[in-house]
Amino acid sequence: MNAARDRWHGYAFVGPFVALYALLLILPLFMGIFISFHRADLFGARLWVGAENYVRLASDPIFHSALRNTFLLTLLIVPMLTVLTLALALALNRATRGAAIFRGLFFSSSVLSVTIVTLIFRFVLTPDAGLIAKIMGVFGFEPIPFLSHPQLTIPALAITTIWWSLGLPMMLFLAGLQQVSGDLYEAAALDKAGRWTTFRHITLPSIRRTTIIVVMLQTAAQLQIFGQAQLLTSGGPSGASRPVVLFIYEVAFGRWELGYATAAAEVLFLLVLGVTALQYWATAREDASR
Amino acid sequence: MPGLTSLELERVAKSYGDVRVLDDVSLTMAAGEFVSFLGPSGSGKSTLLRIIAGLETLDAGEVRLEGRRIDTLPPGDRDVALVFQAYALYPHMTVRENMAFGLRNAKVAAAEIDERITRAATALEIEPLLARKPGQLSGGQRQRVAIGRAIVKNPKLFLLDEPLSNLDAALRMRTRVELAQLRQRVDAALIMVTHDQAEAMTLSDRIVVMNDRHIQQVGTPMDIYRRPANVFVASFVGSPAITLASGTIVDDAGGVRVRLGCGAEVQTGVQPPGSSGGMARADVKLGLRPEHVTVVAPGTGVVDAETILVERLGDRTLVYATLPDGEPVTAQGDGASDVRIGDRIGLSIAGDRAHVFDSDGAGHHPA
Repeated sequence: MNAARDRWHGYAFVGPFVALYALLLILPLFMGIFISFHRADLFGARLWVGAENYVRLASDPIFHSALRNTFLLTLLIVPMLTVLTLALALALNRATRGAAIFRGLFFSSSVLSVTIVTLIFRFVLTPDAGLIAKIMGVFGFEPIPFLSHPQLTIPALAITTIWWSLGLPMMLFLAGLQQVSGDLYEAAALDKAGRWTTFRHITLPSIRRTTIIVVMLQTAAQLQIFGQAQLLTSGGPSGASRPVVLFIYEVAFGRWELGYATAAAEVLFLLVLGVTALQYWATAREDASR
Repeated sequence: MPGLTSLELERVAKSYGDVRVLDDVSLTMAAGEFVSFLGPSGSGKSTLLRIIAGLETLDAGEVRLEGRRIDTLPPGDRDVALVFQAYALYPHMTVRENMAFGLRNAKVAAAEIDERITRAATALEIEPLLARKPGQLSGGQRQRVAIGRAIVKNPKLFLLDEPLSNLDAALRMRTRVELAQLRQRVDAALIMVTHDQAEAMTLSDRIVVMNDRHIQQVGTPMDIYRRPANVFVASFVGSPAITLASGTIVDDAGGVRVRLGCGAEVQTGVQPPGSSGGMARADVKLGLRPEHVTVVAPGTGVVDAETILVERLGDRTLVYATLPDGEPVTAQGDGASDVRIGDRIGLSIAGDRAHVFDSDGAGHHPA
C-alpha cells in the first residue's frame, strides 16, 4: 500500500520533467529523423524520398567544406580554451580580493549574449576602424582584414569564441583545484618537487576528471558553433567560415529545404555523439588500465 | 652517531596575526632520540612540528638539525620526513611510485631507488602492495606505506603527526609496536606529535609537554609522571587523572603537612623550598595519584568519603568519591573490592608519595 503510494509520489515528481523532455527533445529528435527521409518545406508539404537527402549530402561540396570548417574551429578552440582556462584557474585559485575580482571579470564575458560578443569583436577586428587596426596603424602597419580574408576568418571566429567561453571551464577547473587536498602539496614540497613537477605529477592527475569534462563539454559545444559565425562573417567570404549549423540554418530557412536540412542535422548529431562517445571510451579505458 | 645533537630549537616564536601560538620555545634533542610533543589541541604542538618540517614559517628563533641551520631552507632540502596524520599518499600513484617520488626528485639513481624501496617494503611487510593504489589499501596499510615513504628518504629526522589517531583501537596497539620497531630500525631521531599520553609514555625517550604556547616540561616519561612541573602537567598526564585537593600548609618542619578542606591532615615527604617556614600557612593543592589513595574500611583511613562511581578493571577497582567537603578524589581498591555507588568508604593516603602544588601552580615532590 505504502510502497505503491511512494511509487506514485516518485512518478509525480519526475513526471513534469519527463513530459517536457519528451515533448521538446525526444519527439523532435524522432520527427527530425523522420523528416530527413522526405523532401519537405516549412509549410508541411512532405514527399518520401528515402535516403536521397543523405546521398546528396555525401557529394555536396558546400556541406563538406562546412564540416571541415567545423572541425577546424573545434580543433582550434577546444585545446586553446582548455589550456587557457586551466592557466587562469591556477593563477586565480587563491583567496585574495584581487583573485576574486579577476575571477568575476573573466567569468563576466560568458553572461553576454552572442550578439553583444560579436559586436564587441567587430569593434576589435574590423579593418577600417577596429582596435587592432588602430594599434597597428600607430606603428605604421597595414590593417589586417580579419573578417574578410579567407584564411583569417576562422582564427578570428576561434578567438572570439575563446574569449566568450572562458567563464564556465575556468569555474569548473577552479572547483576541481579546490578539491585537491592541501596535504598533497605539502607532501610534494617535502618530496622536493619543484613547481613543474608538482603541477605535472600532483595537480594534473588530481583534476583529470575535470579536464575530461571540460574537453567533452567544449567539443560538443564547438561542433555546434553558430551564432558567432552568422553574425561576424555570415560564413564568408564565400563559405570560408561556414560551420555545419550555419549550413543547416541556411538550407532550412534560406532555401526552405527542410528535409535536406534535417538530414544534415542528423549527420551532425551522430558526429557529436560519436566524438564524445570516443572521448568517453578512451578515458574510461585509460581508467580501467590505471 | 650517538653523542651528537640532532634537532635544536632556539627561542622559536610564531603568531598568526595577533594570535601568538608559540612563544620562546627552545629544545635540544640527542641523536637518535624519540621525542613526543604532547598537549591538548591548540597547544601549538602541531605548529611546532610544521615549523620544523618547513610547512610553516617562524617569526623568530632558529631551527638547526645536526648543526646545520634549516629554518631558512625549503622543506625538501631539510633532511626531514613527515608522516602526515591523514597520510597524504598520492592517490593516482601506486605504492611504489609514492615511495619513489621524493627520491626521483632528489635525483637518486634508479637502481638505488629500487633497492631502498625493496628494503623498506620488506621491513614493513608491504611488498604485496607495491603495485596497488592507496585507494585499494586499508587504513593500517596506508599508514605503513606512509611510514615507508618516509623511511626510503633516509632522513636525519622523522616527524610523525598524530600517527595513531586515524586507526581503530586494535590497529592502534599494533601500530604502536611497529613505531617502536621503526625506532630500532633507523638511526634518525624521531618526533611524534600526539594528544594521547599513553602513546607518548610508551614510545618516547622524552616527552615535551606543551600547553598555551609554551613548553611546560621536558623529561622522560617517568619524570613527567613522577615529578610534574606544574598543575597542568600533573593533570594532563596520568589516567585516571591525578586528584588535586585544596588545602593549607599547617606545618613544614621535616616535610610539609597539609590540612585538607574537610579537616583531614596529610603528612607529605615534600621538603619546603629554601629555609624552613617558606611555605607556612600557604594555600596549596595536594596532588594524589589514584594508586596512592587506597580504599579501606570506613573509619580506618585518614578520611572517609562517599562513593559516586566505581570502575571495575579486573585487576583493580577505581573508585571515584567525594570528601566530606565535596572535593572529588580518585582512589584505588583491589580487584575483588565490593564497593558500590553510595557506599561510605575509608581512604588511606600514602602521604610520602603526594605532590604539593603551590599557589603559582609549580610542583614540589618528595625527595
